[in-house]
Amino acid sequence: MLNFLTRRLIVAFLVAATVMTLAFVLTRLSGDLATSIAGANATQADIEAIRKAYGLDRPVLTQFFDWVGRALTGDLGNSYFFQTRVSTLIAERMPVTLTLGVTGLVIALFVSIPLGILAAVREGTSFDRAVQMVALLGQAMPSFWLGLLLMITFGLQLGWLPISGTGSWQNFVMPGVVLAFSAIPALTRLTRAGMIQAMGSDYIRTARAKGLSRASILLKHALRNAAIPVVAIAAVQLGFMLGGSIVIEQVFALHGVGFLAWESIAKNDFPVVQAVVLVLAVIYVALTMVADLMNAVLDPRLRV
Amino acid sequence: MSALLEVEQLEVGFGSRTSAVRGTSLTVERGETHCLVGESGCGKSVTALAIMNLLARGGYRRARRLSFQGNDLLKLDDRGMARLRGNAMAMIFQEPMTSLNPAYTVGSQMTEVLRRHKGASQRAATDRAADLLARVGITAPGLRLGQFPHQLSGGLRQRVMIAMALMCDPQLLIADEPTTALDVTVQAQILRLLAELQRDLGLGMLLITHDLGIVARVATRVSVMYAGEVVESAATAQLFADPKHPYTQGLLRCVPVPGKQRQDEPLGSIPGTVPRIDPGFEGCGFRERCTFADASCAHAVPQQTAAPGHDYLCRLAP
Ligand SMILES: Nc1ncnc2c1ncn2[C@@H]1O[C@H](COP(=O)(O)OP(=O)(O)OP(=O)(O)O)[C@@H](O)[C@H]1O
Ligand code: SF4
Ligand SMILES: [Mg+2]
Repeated sequence: MLNFLTRRLIVAFLVAATVMTLAFVLTRLSGDLATSIAGANATQADIEAIRKAYGLDRPVLTQFFDWVGRALTGDLGNSYFFQTRVSTLIAERMPVTLTLGVTGLVIALFVSIPLGILAAVREGTSFDRAVQMVALLGQAMPSFWLGLLLMITFGLQLGWLPISGTGSWQNFVMPGVVLAFSAIPALTRLTRAGMIQAMGSDYIRTARAKGLSRASILLKHALRNAAIPVVAIAAVQLGFMLGGSIVIEQVFALHGVGFLAWESIAKNDFPVVQAVVLVLAVIYVALTMVADLMNAVLDPRLRV
Repeated sequence: MSALLEVEQLEVGFGSRTSAVRGTSLTVERGETHCLVGESGCGKSVTALAIMNLLARGGYRRARRLSFQGNDLLKLDDRGMARLRGNAMAMIFQEPMTSLNPAYTVGSQMTEVLRRHKGASQRAATDRAADLLARVGITAPGLRLGQFPHQLSGGLRQRVMIAMALMCDPQLLIADEPTTALDVTVQAQILRLLAELQRDLGLGMLLITHDLGIVARVATRVSVMYAGEVVESAATAQLFADPKHPYTQGLLRCVPVPGKQRQDEPLGSIPGTVPRIDPGFEGCGFRERCTFADASCAHAVPQQTAAPGHDYLCRLAP
């Protein structure tokens, strides 16, 4: 178990280091930062002043290690535009994004696990085929388009749900559904495949030979094994959803981290962009670790 | 009183192409051991699974009669079957490595069956499980109860399966090669345990085995299967003394001294292989390998009685 954790931590560290490097390099590939911060009408002197003020005149490697060193102590620098600490900005926006992501995941799980189980139990029936069709369609549907569709129907025509803002839980329903939609096809298919495999296994035959109830056979014995890959993918999907919230927060005007990233890209506020990428990446890495840990909890064979 | 288990004209098929069992009949009485022997693929496991209604997807069964303690199993739905399975009728599968759920401990899997059928408390069920593990020769049963299947060797898993099947004191035990992964001493211990249960509780057993030594030691009755049919059935002594079917004779010829046979020795080495039996197959399934075969063997073969309770399926006179 300790070995397992150490291995995972090393991998997590490597991924974080790679992402930091990429985030740093990419923001600098978009051209000379001082020039774009200064704006179109700036003089050469203005640009030089900005370059000095933000420390952009130093060698790139110095800048990089300076940023990394500070990031490691939790200091993500200051935003050029908001004139506040980037960590404060992100901390303020994070609850919205996390609420959205978790809402999406919960909806996705509540839909796809029962759907996957039912499809597996009725393998080959028209119900099973219908589920697979819907999953296929869901995967092909762009999320901003689904978002707009929901907005028009439930927000504008029926007036059931607010179409923008973060005032109440109702604001999270539609964006949550849209995010969930991106995860439902994969989770449903995985649940279905896992259940079909489990139901055909020798240990399920044993469970039946023991005269256990249908609920116990399906939910205790089969689902427990089928859930192992689903849990892993669910955690990874939550990571995708947090990333995907960049689009959805824009569509529904939810002021979360995704929205912040969008604003900051538009304003060349590169410390913020760098930091958002880093934070999302760290969360993503943490989620994959959580997935591995939950795998180990669910699958005794992994607990070495 | 009706027999414990009565099977008449059982047929099992998979899809429309293969008939795995063709009109098998057998009876298990209380307290007796009915051994089912025959070479690999002849339909022993499928017969057992069909009785329990546990055939794999795509398998179907038909029978003129299938009754357990006088109850018609063909009329029972899933729920009715579930009340009997693991309770009054238990089964030990041929695949000990994969038949335990990898996600749960041995203890959890053993106790749930007693809790389900007898409403036992977790404590009482755990005590019973530990007791049975000890009786199938597992040392430190307390430790084993807390372990997961992957931590156990094949022999241990097989013994866990045996103990698990005995949790509810079944009336009928269907055991499909239950001792293949065990060494001779452990095997002897388990056979003794089963014999005790037969004497004390009247446990009836349908025992599938390749080991004619075991047959000679424990069987009350033997049915020999070939290509999906029971070709001969008789009381054990009768069968060993006076086999009528050429296939049975072939089998026994390979075992000079019943009871002294080496472990795991393949059952018989009769030249040739089992033919593929498709629906509509006619005549004797053994005719391609039989030294007595003639043209009449390609037509329906009569069932003959050599002595009371000794039937065989062959045209040759007794
Ligand atoms: N799930 C299945 N699908 C299709 N055919 C099957 C299935 N299970 C068994 N059969 C067929 O049924 C026949 C009998 O198989 P069975 O497992 O009963 O043999 P067996 O007598 O138990 O052999 P062994 O001694 O090797 O265990 C075989 O020809 C096999 O191919
Ligand atoms: S019926 Fe014919 S082929 Fe079959 S066992 Fe008897 S003699 Fe041999
Ligand atoms: Mg078999």
